Amino acid sequence: MDKLLVSKRMKGRLVQNAILQAIFFFATVLGLIALMLLLSHVVMQAIGWLDGDFLNNFPSRRPEEAGMKSGLIGSLWLMMIVAPVSFILGVGTAIYLEEYALKNRFTAFIQTNISNLTGVPSIVFGLLGLTIFVRELGLGRSVLAAGLTMSLLVFPVIVVAAQEAIRAVPQQLREASYAMGATKWQTICRVVLPAALPGMLTGAILALSRAVGETAPLVVLGIPTFIAYLPSGVLDTFTVMPLQIYNWTGRPQEEFQHVAAAGIVVLLGFLIMMNSVAVLIRNKFQKRF
Amino acid sequence: MMATKTKETKVAPLTVGSAAAMPTAESGEAKGVVYETKDLNLWYGEHHALKHIHLTIYENKVTAIIGPSGCGKSTYIKTLNRMVELVPNVRIAGHLAYRGRNIFDPSYPVEQLRTQIGMVFQKPNPFPKSIYDNIAYGPRIHGIRNKKVLDEIVEKSLRGAALWDEVKDRLRDHAYGLSGGQQQRLCIARCLAIEPDVILMDEPTSALDPISTLKIEELIQELKKQYSIIIVTHNMQQAARISDKTAFFLNGEVIEYAETSKLFSNPADRRTEDYITGRFG
Repeated sequence: MDKLLVSKRMKGRLVQNAILQAIFFFATVLGLIALMLLLSHVVMQAIGWLDGDFLNNFPSRRPEEAGMKSGLIGSLWLMMIVAPVSFILGVGTAIYLEEYALKNRFTAFIQTNISNLTGVPSIVFGLLGLTIFVRELGLGRSVLAAGLTMSLLVFPVIVVAAQEAIRAVPQQLREASYAMGATKWQTICRVVLPAALPGMLTGAILALSRAVGETAPLVVLGIPTFIAYLPSGVLDTFTVMPLQIYNWTGRPQEEFQHVAAAGIVVLLGFLIMMNSVAVLIRNKFQKRF
Repeated sequence: MMATKTKETKVAPLTVGSAAAMPTAESGEAKGVVYETKDLNLWYGEHHALKHIHLTIYENKVTAIIGPSGCGKSTYIKTLNRMVELVPNVRIAGHLAYRGRNIFDPSYPVEQLRTQIGMVFQKPNPFPKSIYDNIAYGPRIHGIRNKKVLDEIVEKSLRGAALWDEVKDRLRDHAYGLSGGQQQRLCIARCLAIEPDVILMDEPTSALDPISTLKIEELIQELKKQYSIIIVTHNMQQAARISDKTAFFLNGEVIEYAETSKLFSNPADRRTEDYITGRFG
């Protein structure tokens, strides 16, 4: 090595290193600032309009009386369908692909298609849901139709996350189980799934978060944006938070912008709570590998 | 000095994997023969990994399998409990009988075979569960649910693996909190819990420190009174120390198989002599 060349280059390399570190830091800060600006703008608009009445009232023509109740409860009803359906479909698919399917072209084909589904625009699922659930199966504009549609929308995300989680379970653990005379199902049920659970739950919560926030498919399904009562069964019609917010932002009165901002804060709070529950569940099940 | 007490537990002998539940032998089972291998061949895809293996494994003996890397020792031991079938593209031909019964017979469920053959792997692989749940795993998958029975099995197995005194106060602790040597003994205890007939050990001490290695070697001497042990080892001195019979594998073939003392002092084949004197390997 030419010692003279090394020492000439040294300063340049160290400077380059420092600059790039600064660039990455700056990129992060930029992202954070954008997020902060957005959040503070919304929160400031919502102040004064976010109170107990807001959560308890139904929407109204008068901004002072408008409330989020139907949207909040409606979103919960939607979650109650989407959570089990998408989780069971998603985890079941992942188990089949990872543990049972042979590694051939057909499996690769299925795999590609599922990965692509995660990128399909959500409105397409709305059209699908409209045709099959609302019309063909005659479910109407109900919680069930919307729930099934949203489940189809988000279950590919769960499949991908669950597959990753199952793949991450070391093969040695499966071998230990088989060597004791366990059947394939016993090994999956008692060793693989418990070990993969944290990763699968993370994927499930990400999927649910998306389902709570998506508006376009529900618009296509014909879910109303203004409802002044609560659903009493899965075949009833309902509304969700994003749709209510959409309704309010479309109103001419300036006060409704504040109401919409309050709605956004509630929606964000809901999402944060869901994510915290996910993190808690994950931490409880997480065992060091 | 080993501190195991083979305490007489008052549990009825479990017939999970013991000799009482063994498949009826075909005619031709010799007394005291655990495994009879005749002209066994195995291919990983195109690679001929085991070539015309003839080997007889005897009951209540420690049989060591030695040889350089890639000679087929792990492959052979994994064939004995059909674990090698987990590898894709594997093809097996030949005769392998466990206690007189062909292990590849379609009517002989592999799960049943594996209940009678325990296996300990090179790297300790306890489940990410508590110590208790690790040991209870085997009995539970075979349908034993009674808590009292499970408690007794757990204690008996841990005593059998010389681990009871060290963990008896922390059975609910996570298995990953144990040291490497303890984890391997936990894996041995887990294997004992299903009361196997044969224990296969694939380089069980190669990832452990000398003291843990010594403890496990002493354990093996105790275990052979009740079980038949087949141990693959890279360490010739270990084979010389603990085994009764030794088989020397090279390039997928059995070169020599004899009483350990004879093989190491007066090997019949030139290649055996070269290997044990360190001229290659």
